[in-house]
Amino acid sequence: MTVRPDMSAPTLAQLRLGAGRFGWAWHVLPWGVALATYFVAGAYLTLGTAALEMILFTLSIDLALGYAGIVTFGQAAFFGVGAYAAGLLSIHVTPDPILGLLFGTAIAALLGLVTGVLILHTEGVTLMMLTLAIASMIGAFAAQAGDLTGGDNGLQGMQISPLFGVFPFDLWGQTGYLYALGVLFLWFVAAWRIVRSPFGRSLDGIRQSPRRMRAIGTPVWWRLIAVYTLAAAMAGTAGSLKAQTNQFVGLDSLDLLVSGTALVMLILGGTRRLYGAFVGAAFYVVVQDLAAEFDPFRWMFLIGGLLVVMVLFLEGGLMGVADWLHHAAARLWLGTARK
Amino acid sequence: MTTSHAALSVRGLCKNFGALTVAQSIDLDLQPGARLGLIGPNGAGKTSFVNLLTGMLRADAGTILLNGEEITGLKPEARVHRGLVRTHQINTLLLETSLRENLAIAVAERENFAWRLLRFTPQWRRCLAEGEAQLAAFGIADLAQHRVAELPYGQQRLLEIAIALVLKPRVLLLDEPAAGVPAAEAHAIHAALDKLPAEISILMIEHDMDVVFRFAREIAVLVQGRVLTTGTPQAIAADPQVRAVYLGRSAP
Ligand SMILES: Nc1ncnc2c1ncn2[C@@H]1O[C@H](COP(=O)(O)OP(=O)(O)O)[C@@H](O)[C@H]1O
Ligand SMILES: [Mg+2]
Repeated sequence: MTVRPDMSAPTLAQLRLGAGRFGWAWHVLPWGVALATYFVAGAYLTLGTAALEMILFTLSIDLALGYAGIVTFGQAAFFGVGAYAAGLLSIHVTPDPILGLLFGTAIAALLGLVTGVLILHTEGVTLMMLTLAIASMIGAFAAQAGDLTGGDNGLQGMQISPLFGVFPFDLWGQTGYLYALGVLFLWFVAAWRIVRSPFGRSLDGIRQSPRRMRAIGTPVWWRLIAVYTLAAAMAGTAGSLKAQTNQFVGLDSLDLLVSGTALVMLILGGTRRLYGAFVGAAFYVVVQDLAAEFDPFRWMFLIGGLLVVMVLFLEGGLMGVADWLHHAAARLWLGTARK
Repeated sequence: MTTSHAALSVRGLCKNFGALTVAQSIDLDLQPGARLGLIGPNGAGKTSFVNLLTGMLRADAGTILLNGEEITGLKPEARVHRGLVRTHQINTLLLETSLRENLAIAVAERENFAWRLLRFTPQWRRCLAEGEAQLAAFGIADLAQHRVAELPYGQQRLLEIAIALVLKPRVLLLDEPAAGVPAAEAHAIHAALDKLPAEISILMIEHDMDVVFRFAREIAVLVQGRVLTTGTPQAIAADPQVRAVYLGRSAP
């Protein structure tokens, strides 16, 4: 007879945080913490808002790179373009935040669609170089087009009207925080559904083997364009949020460093979990702020070391560590329950 | 004759890789319900032929008709949706994904569920159920939830065939279905091949002559990208030309 795997051993999926009957309860934790932050953060609320924006941006990279395997290092292009689009709309057309958000999202999505059509027939290092090249070109354009973007001085004079006409964007960032949290939540729910849909599962398949997917009749190119556009839209929303909550857009929002930082956040938190983006970005932003007060140099040293450890020993990032703890606790509990 | 078409009809198919010719004006017909064995020495162009038929390679010249309709210019995925399905000589599976999900993803593609982003749960359950049913038919239902990477190669080969079957093919191209499988595990694959639905037209590439002669009702011999001869297994076995180029080496 042929060898069969051990049937009694639980599969990987069954050991994951959030699997099983009461798995949904784990959702309460991150969102509960995010909501509680609103009440306790005080002067740190704007930092919290920045974290939420980075979570959304990192989430967009998880979709494109984590799930679909599109090696993009140019995601900052969509973040920055979304930010400038939202900013310009507020200056020249309407100060309404929702319209600005939709506009920034739509422009970034359009850019994702157009560049996706151009570059997604390539893969690997070629694709990576193309995403970098496009992002650099857009960054250079924004620096040159001073009349439009304000160049090095950034986009000045943004006015954002009260949210829903009722809640003004106050100095302490209370409205901004809840606004960002609400938008993040909507995108997160959408992403959660998408990665579990047949579409999302086909992306997971394309990452593992485009050849397999072609053999079962998947239009691989279109699927990649769809998810790239979606991820661009999400990054555009994150950029729009940042523009609106800061009432300012600088060239740094288009910087490739933004892509790189978010990639570190994603790997730190764990790819292909969605919550990995959540945990990784929040962790990074908070620890960076704490550490920067002591010594910015050691901070980079710490984050670099952490990343090396993660990549070498803890493949699933922080979420993988959480899985492991969850599993260990469950075994301990089951063990004592039996006695 | 005008109403009944060959399931697959190939005329004048040509392909060169630079100076290397892998298809030299190949003509071939596959009748409905056919069991055609394609044999030939290594490097003869058998896999390339399958790649040309499925559109994974673009032909230099020639036409391909599927049930009388021209598919020569169609993309690979369009050909799959019309019922032309293949398996690979080397496993091409989603290794990190469970067996039943490998199948369910294929069912979802067959049914064009992928663009449904709302209320897809009932459909996805149906896809999973269909996948499990196919695994049960192959006698590996108990492995449904395991990741493909955990399985021995022989059972992975079985999954490769199972995926092709859930796509409900009209024409099935099997590229060395038992390649790389130890003899002890190969019988499970041969048993699965014997049970393939009779209405599917099948072209099978295979090295093991015993397997070909048992499975095929007709055999085509490919040498250097050219169909040397076509005939019944008996005729092929007796053909001196075939014995010289191919069977000679492995004949007892
Ligand atoms: N994409 C390719 N580019 C160049 N040469 C190729 C390619 N694919 C196959 N070949 C060559 O074509 C010949 C036929 O290969 P193949 O069709 O795999 O043969 P078979 O399946 O009959 O063993 C081999 O010499 C192989 O090296
Ligand atoms: Mg071959």
